[in-house]
Amino acid sequence: MSNPQQLRYSKEHEWLSPAQDGVATVGITEFAANALGDVVFAQLPEVGSTVAAGETCGELESTKSVSDLYSPVAGEVTEINQDVVDDPSLVNSAPFEDGWLFRVRLTEEPADLMSADEYAAQNAG
Amino acid sequence: MSSSASRPPRRTALDALHRSLGATMTDFAGWDMPLRYGSERDEHLAVRTRAGLFDLSHMGEIAVTGPGAAALLNFALVGNIASVGVGRARYTMICRADGGILDDLIVYRLAETEYLVVANASNAQVVLDALTERAAGFDAEVRDDRDAYALLAVQGPASPGILQSLTDADLDGLKYYAGLPGTVAGVSALIARTGYTGEDGFELFVDPADAEKLWQALTEAGAAAGLIPCGLSCRDTLRLEAGMPLYGHELTTSLTPFDAGLGRVVKFDKEGDFVGREALERAAERAAQNPPRTLVGLVAEGRRVPRAGYQVVAGGEVVGEVTSGAPSPTLGKPIAMAYVDAAHAAPGAEGVGVDIRGSHEPYEVVALPFYKRQK
Repeated sequence: MSNPQQLRYSKEHEWLSPAQDGVATVGITEFAANALGDVVFAQLPEVGSTVAAGETCGELESTKSVSDLYSPVAGEVTEINQDVVDDPSLVNSAPFEDGWLFRVRLTEEPADLMSADEYAAQNAG
Repeated sequence: MSSSASRPPRRTALDALHRSLGATMTDFAGWDMPLRYGSERDEHLAVRTRAGLFDLSHMGEIAVTGPGAAALLNFALVGNIASVGVGRARYTMICRADGGILDDLIVYRLAETEYLVVANASNAQVVLDALTERAAGFDAEVRDDRDAYALLAVQGPASPGILQSLTDADLDGLKYYAGLPGTVAGVSALIARTGYTGEDGFELFVDPADAEKLWQALTEAGAAAGLIPCGLSCRDTLRLEAGMPLYGHELTTSLTPFDAGLGRVVKFDKEGDFVGREALERAAERAAQNPPRTLVGLVAEGRRVPRAGYQVVAGGEVVGEVTSGAPSPTLGKPIAMAYVDAAHAAPGAEGVGVDIRGSHEPYEVVALPFYKRQK
């Protein structure tokens, strides 16, 4: 499994895209999706809500368990992926693409995020 | 985990094969077992519509043999095991003197004086110890046969055709809960028409040295019918849909078979005394007159999944507890089994919900099972 080089990664297995006009996209990694198993329900943060780096902002339910969703950055949620709400299996089938979760207008520069290589090393360790 | 955590997990004879198939492995009752190979939802639906192949070698086999074997099992277990015909099997339970359930079991009668008791992996040692202790004074031998068998299961509507292509055994004549010795793909096997999925299917007890050969033969024979390898994750959702109890969830030492709605497995009219009789007679009376909580099915109206241990609520009061819950691939909704106060246990009971991490989500009370196959 390969983690896209242009993304940055949190230790809780979220990815963050490069910001465009101050807005970045958030999802979970393929490693996380594989560990969860089939995702059956995604509770995403509300559009307009404020999220804080490293804090929970939603839930992902899989067959076996429910997992908290953490925001890798601070900001205001501008959009959620309604396709994932309707069909949560997109998180498994395309975690880095159609399975993105929400977009956030950054209020501060993200700290403590990893490169693809650093993230891969974390998971290998 | 308790003592098993300090030891390395046990591996089945098919361990290398599971890894070569890319299985996600999980620790289960001290065994390293396949949780899933790909999508557990796909595996679940394969068993419901085609066929699935399982490694269940963690199950605990115990042989009980000798002239007094039938009498011993009638004393040690709650069912009438002496009445089981040769070549047939029985679902039964082993209880403590206070009536608490130690395990649920399948007992196969292989010959007049030879039985195979199959216990849950997590309870195999407890069952072995209890049977050994209860054997005192009986002309019977209790033998730990856990290492003598690998157990493969092929389950699903296509399983009879797949298995029949590999054996001369008369599968049409093999009824549900029956077992016969035979040869499958050149491998000696006890062929049993049993399972834990709610589908037609077979369980094959074989020498561990033959397990890989049999697995490969079943994989090839089943390819055209759509058979895929299946892990324990879908086994759990399959049995939940079928309303089958799982030890540690619906069954525990603090419950009697009557509390679990399975009083029918207790046979008071069999010959001789049996461990737990007095306590179970009281439990039967209590269940008839003043039933405690009842095991019911719950179907979600929303999409959040109830999990074991979540509270069942009605009118702001706690009225029960979820014992197993999962998203149901067949129903497309979350489902659960729960023990619920009798006042709220009738199908269609109004205002019942589950406390899902602080929010009360509405649930419909239904009769079990959630799924029953068309025969």
